[in-house]
Amino acid sequence: MSELTLTVMRLGFLAVLWLFVIVAVQVIRSDLFGTRVTQRGTRRDAGRTQQASRQAPPQQRQQSGGGRRGRNTPTKLVVTEGTLTGTTVALQGQTISLGRAHDSTIVLDDDYASSRHARIYPDRDGQWIVEDLGSTNGTYLDRTRLTTPTPISLGAPIRIGKTVIELRK
Amino acid sequence: MSSTTNPSTQHTSTIGAIGAPSRRNTELALLVFAVVIPVFAYANVGLALNDEVPAGLLSYGLGLGLMAGVGHLAVRKFAPYADPLLLPIATLLNGIGLVAIWRLDHSERLQASRTFVEAAPRQLMYSALGVALFVAVVFFLKDHRVLQRYTYISMAGALVLLLLPLVPGLGHNVFGARIWIKIPGLGTLQPGEFAKIVLAVFFAGYLMVKRDALALASRRFMGLYLPRGRDLGPIIVVWIISILILVFETDLGTSLLFFGMFVIMLYVATERTSWIVFGLLMSAVGAVGVASFEPHIQTRVQAWLDPMREFELSRAGVSDGIVHSEQAMQALWAFGSGGTLGTGWGQGNSDLIGFAANSDFILATFGEEIGLAGVMALILLYALIVERGVRTALAARDPFGKLLAIGLSGAFALQVFVVAGGVMGLIPLTGMTMPFLAYGGSSVIANWALIGILLRISDTARRPAPAPAANPDAEMTQVVRP
Repeated sequence: MSELTLTVMRLGFLAVLWLFVIVAVQVIRSDLFGTRVTQRGTRRDAGRTQQASRQAPPQQRQQSGGGRRGRNTPTKLVVTEGTLTGTTVALQGQTISLGRAHDSTIVLDDDYASSRHARIYPDRDGQWIVEDLGSTNGTYLDRTRLTTPTPISLGAPIRIGKTVIELRK
Repeated sequence: MSSTTNPSTQHTSTIGAIGAPSRRNTELALLVFAVVIPVFAYANVGLALNDEVPAGLLSYGLGLGLMAGVGHLAVRKFAPYADPLLLPIATLLNGIGLVAIWRLDHSERLQASRTFVEAAPRQLMYSALGVALFVAVVFFLKDHRVLQRYTYISMAGALVLLLLPLVPGLGHNVFGARIWIKIPGLGTLQPGEFAKIVLAVFFAGYLMVKRDALALASRRFMGLYLPRGRDLGPIIVVWIISILILVFETDLGTSLLFFGMFVIMLYVATERTSWIVFGLLMSAVGAVGVASFEPHIQTRVQAWLDPMREFELSRAGVSDGIVHSEQAMQALWAFGSGGTLGTGWGQGNSDLIGFAANSDFILATFGEEIGLAGVMALILLYALIVERGVRTALAARDPFGKLLAIGLSGAFALQVFVVAGGVMGLIPLTGMTMPFLAYGGSSVIANWALIGILLRISDTARRPAPAPAANPDAEMTQVVRP
């Protein structure tokens, strides 16, 4: 067998071996048990997004009042304040539970949160609803304490203890 | 226990963990990859040695593919949420190991030796047995917590397994280490490899119950938490047992492995750094103490400190009661001549190592033929298995599963370190095998079982929790309305 073929095979073997390692590492990277943590923004970025969200609500509330199935359906849930700042969860029609209990979708490390604090779920029309699950300190949407399951508009802050959550596109 | 949750029921408004994807298709894709790489290497060895694609290529590829396929189907059916990486990596390592063993079978130097037997067909059979045991573990072990019931039976079982090689008539002394047993008609078995798993079950069950006593009842002294005397008992007992193994079976590796595994699990269970300090001190004292009077261990230390001298003594044929071996030096030369990219499959001279070139020293063959780049990839693959084990331990919901996963992956990591370190000359050489790569039936079968248990724990950990009963508190919130 020619020297060239063997050299090519030798380097080719190393290449595929490393390719396997890289693919395996990629699998782990995206395998964070369903919760994906995106880059935590710098202070300035966080401030900007908060500003943007403050301006956004009135507009969006109108839209959600009318045809709520429009382009404004949220696709992810973002934690904007608290120890979990930067965590995002993709919204795929499943119920998201929040609380200190281990089996919650978002496990809050927050002294003011109850073990099963609140849940966020889509109703039949695909509108996302937040419901307080009898927590001790309550769940706030904007500034009002929730008493009944309430539809969430894009960018409206949901406050649980020291944690603030928003739905985003 | 709980049945598998149908993905379509995820859309109901129950409170539950987010629907974790089962990732079985990822596993399948990686498995195909993991079968193709060894087949490529196999063809490469044939081309380099005989200028032709080896005749057994198809049957070897099909055999490996069949093993991977059976393993995958078993996981898909019985452990659908298990970790997607463990099975493909184990298959890849096993496949590449088979190729290296086959390559060494074709070395003329080794064929000329007295003890030569063709090892690759046997290793393929052992691998098939290993995968069968893997499937059996995944099938019969529906829930790893069942193992918790057998805590003390496991302890007795592990001790029996460890003592078996010392039983006269059953034990089998091979080249200074008494770690094999001979089963008439079946061949030899190394019970220590299986004792590793059984002992991890015992440690996990024991530490789960005792960890509070070990962690909390202690006095603080110079920044270290000193445990009470009665809590020190078990660690002393394990230490004595591992020293006894060292003395009577002259098996440094197994002794180090068991003690190290216990210290790792103790640390994880109690979060006390002092245990690691104690563990290191005790193993150092034990190793130095035994090495000072056990000639077999002394030879190993000599060969580690000055491999060149051993090589020359062996060449000169000096016989002063101790068997001098040139293996250690030959292994170092193999790594050296491999360089960064290696000589290529089938083109190295690692068969100069002679005896145990395809078992204890197999890493040297890789070092020579696929070079530093290849060995780094292999070590990363081992690291990935360990990482998945630790990740499984983090995700597991029950303390027993956590400890068992940590113990098994810790033992796996220690074994890789002890063997690789020994072959590379970092620590004295011990008679242990590289998991999956090296020739050795017991080792490959036991490690497949280990992977099976890890997969079972990770399946339980990643499975979406069943929907809990309606929360009564929710009703109360509705009543107290402002």
